[in-house]
Amino acid sequence: MKTKRVYEPTKGLTERALSYCPGCTHGIIHKLVAEVLEEQGLLGETIGVASVGCSVMNYEFFNCDMQQAPHGRAPAVATGIKRVKPDKTVFTYQGDGDLASIGMAEVVHSAHRSENITVIFVNNAIYGMTGGQMAPTTLIGQKTSTSPEGRNQLTTGLPIRVSEMLATIPGATYLERVSVHDPKHVRLAKKAIQKAFDVQTKKQGFSMIEFISTCPVNWGMTPTDSLAWAVDSMIPYYPLGVYKDATKPGDDDA
Amino acid sequence: MRNIEEKVIVAGFGGQGVMLMGQILSYTATEEGLNTVWIPSYGPETRGGTANCSVIISSEMINSPVVPVPNTIIAMNKPSLEKFEPKLTPGGTALVNSDLIKDYTFRDDIIVYSVPCNAMALSLGNLKVANMIMLGAYLESTHLFEVQAIEKTFNKLFVGDKAKLITLNKNALSAGIEVVKKQRI
Amino acid sequence: MGKVLMKGNEAMALAAIKGGCDAFYGYPITPQNELPEYLSKHMPLQGKVFVQAESEVAAINMVYGAAGAGARVLTSSSSPGIALKQEGISYMAGSELPGVIINVMRGGPGLGGIQPSQADYNQITRGGGNGDYHVLSFAPESLQETVNIVKESFSLADYYRNPVMIAVDGLIGQMMEPVELDQEINEKVSPEKTWAANGESAKRGKINKIVSLSLDPYELEKHNLKLQKKYHEMIANEQRYESILTADAEIIIVAYGTMARIARTAIKSLREEGIKAGMIRPISIWPFPSRAFKNLPTTVKTLLAVEMSLGQMRQDVVLSINGQLPVEFYGRAGGVVPEASEIIDKVKSIIGGHKNEN
Ligand SMILES: Cc1ncc(C[n+]2csc(CCOP(=O)(O)OP(=O)(O)O)c2C)c(N)n1
Ligand code: SF4
Repeated sequence: MKTKRVYEPTKGLTERALSYCPGCTHGIIHKLVAEVLEEQGLLGETIGVASVGCSVMNYEFFNCDMQQAPHGRAPAVATGIKRVKPDKTVFTYQGDGDLASIGMAEVVHSAHRSENITVIFVNNAIYGMTGGQMAPTTLIGQKTSTSPEGRNQLTTGLPIRVSEMLATIPGATYLERVSVHDPKHVRLAKKAIQKAFDVQTKKQGFSMIEFISTCPVNWGMTPTDSLAWAVDSMIPYYPLGVYKDATKPGDDDA
Repeated sequence: MRNIEEKVIVAGFGGQGVMLMGQILSYTATEEGLNTVWIPSYGPETRGGTANCSVIISSEMINSPVVPVPNTIIAMNKPSLEKFEPKLTPGGTALVNSDLIKDYTFRDDIIVYSVPCNAMALSLGNLKVANMIMLGAYLESTHLFEVQAIEKTFNKLFVGDKAKLITLNKNALSAGIEVVKKQRI
Repeated sequence: MGKVLMKGNEAMALAAIKGGCDAFYGYPITPQNELPEYLSKHMPLQGKVFVQAESEVAAINMVYGAAGAGARVLTSSSSPGIALKQEGISYMAGSELPGVIINVMRGGPGLGGIQPSQADYNQITRGGGNGDYHVLSFAPESLQETVNIVKESFSLADYYRNPVMIAVDGLIGQMMEPVELDQEINEKVSPEKTWAANGESAKRGKINKIVSLSLDPYELEKHNLKLQKKYHEMIANEQRYESILTADAEIIIVAYGTMARIARTAIKSLREEGIKAGMIRPISIWPFPSRAFKNLPTTVKTLLAVEMSLGQMRQDVVLSINGQLPVEFYGRAGGVVPEASEIIDKVKSIIGGHKNEN
């Protein structure tokens, strides 16, 4: 009997087993980014920037050149790289603590400079790596190890909607928020990543894809409950969709 | 005062309650007026993977808090046993979860107690108390504390919602004690 | 209250509350997370301030602000986070503001690791920020000593109007040990903060300003000399150390923090074998207790600096002994905690070397 190969793992990822907890959606996002880089033939000319968070070790996982940045500074590191290697593909992969807390300045300024990089932003509403502290994206009422009574708006403010905020920046070219909670959304998320790298290849400026992601371990939920919580609690506050598309019409057919 | 110098490493998968086992020993030691140090492994390697803690209990002031050479190891799974058995002091004691550790060739200079703590816990109605069965086995093998001393710690630790778990944990402790009694000749 | 079993990070948090801490500002980082987590629960219960800042840079500047307004303030972090705080610490020293910084050290450089380390010694004692300044710094060895120093540190900071750092390695943060939280400590009397820019100028009848800018070099020099006077006072009054079995020692180990406890175990075994080892244990690392090295017994042939870093503290030992004795070194890096047996082997190889020379 002849066998036909219908699926094989993407070459965009190394053989290393991912270090994420069971049910964590970081893994899906890795796979999508890796597939797009492979499919667009970019792997051999891409430089990824790993940030500090659960994904800190992804320099072991992505099968391309990688540089690990200090906490929050990935967009600055990426800027440094991109300016000396403008023809290479440069992306960052950052959590919400990394990007929206300590690294807020770097991402905002990279967008303002319309830095031609792609930011993969993983929003799981918590600090995963350090054991479940409150993040700027933590929802009101959400219990974390530093908001033991639930996040209180009076003392900690409201959760930051990064895509919406960056959409107000003229230099930001493409911003989309996606989710990976079911196969349909996984497909849509992949399309978004394709678009973002397209924007970069065409030198159109700053692109960011925000992913609604889960952290079953620190949310204290099963993986399936986590997916449900992402849909029921996160997406209403962080609606999916394209927040900015400043690519010129017709560019897509180029 | 009793002359005590106990160094134990408790190791297993995250979620098997190995940290709590060690803490109960340290809490009890503190109550008994002994010196004690509890040190956990920490960081991402404990996530879903293996976790361990070391406990020193001593009637003397404790100098080095780290335990390179334990007198006793409690291994809740095979990777833990493989990691810590070589470090055990000659003549030391290994308490092993025989439900997860099969076909293992032990060193011949140590004392081994095999405790089927998973199966026993299930027969008590809750897999989660496998650790307390092991703790019972440990108590019987070392006679470090009276059972009542550990039970007092239970009463202090399991409060509020958890108070209803005290009886179950006490039963688990006794079950563990019995297993080791039977293995002693 | 008798002894209670507590985790180092939580014991430090509780000690800070007992030391009169009004406000905490910090940012998560392993291995000190239990400290802010504890305070996130307990500070609000006491009507006190807890803020999780957006970064360490923000956290230390919140400390700078609150200290300027006269509050007793705490921040905590671990090595890479402390590196980010150096700017704010320099500002605090420059504008003479009290504040307490707890550093639960981990391996570096860069992102490094999260296992226990003492590799921040230079960062702490040489000052990572700009300018001629010092941070009064302590490196206790047990939870009890840590708790006592944390409590005392607030009054020390107030007294000297200077930042105080408590540096422990990750092990002390993570371990549980019985501690007595209400032990009597010698607290300095905190002078009234008449200098604070606390918005009470009307009542005070004069304006207070918290600044470190001084464009006239002569003025700035004068300010620096004033700071130096204070640092000399600290050098005179705050050198803290313990000398252990030094009276007849032929080799003296110099070690602090967890390393000192491990050295104690080594010394016990060495003595049992008839090798006369002793220890000088710095408790303050700035000022370094140079005084401990004066008038050592003539039996001493060698000093041995032992660290969880690669020779940083050794430099201070070399400076303190000023060429009078050789200073050997043993250390491990990156989060590896040396075992007592390694120290024992090192001591024996040094002593053996001496024997061969004879
Ligand atoms: C300067 C500095 N501060 C703090 C840390 C500790 N730290 C490591 S990961 C992290 C946050 C991770 O959260 P997030 O970015 O949301 O990613 P996740 O782990 O949830 O994927 C922090 C605060 C650090 N490594 N460096
Ligand atoms: S801690 Fe949370 S974000 Fe990190 S790997 Fe585990 S589930 Fe994922």
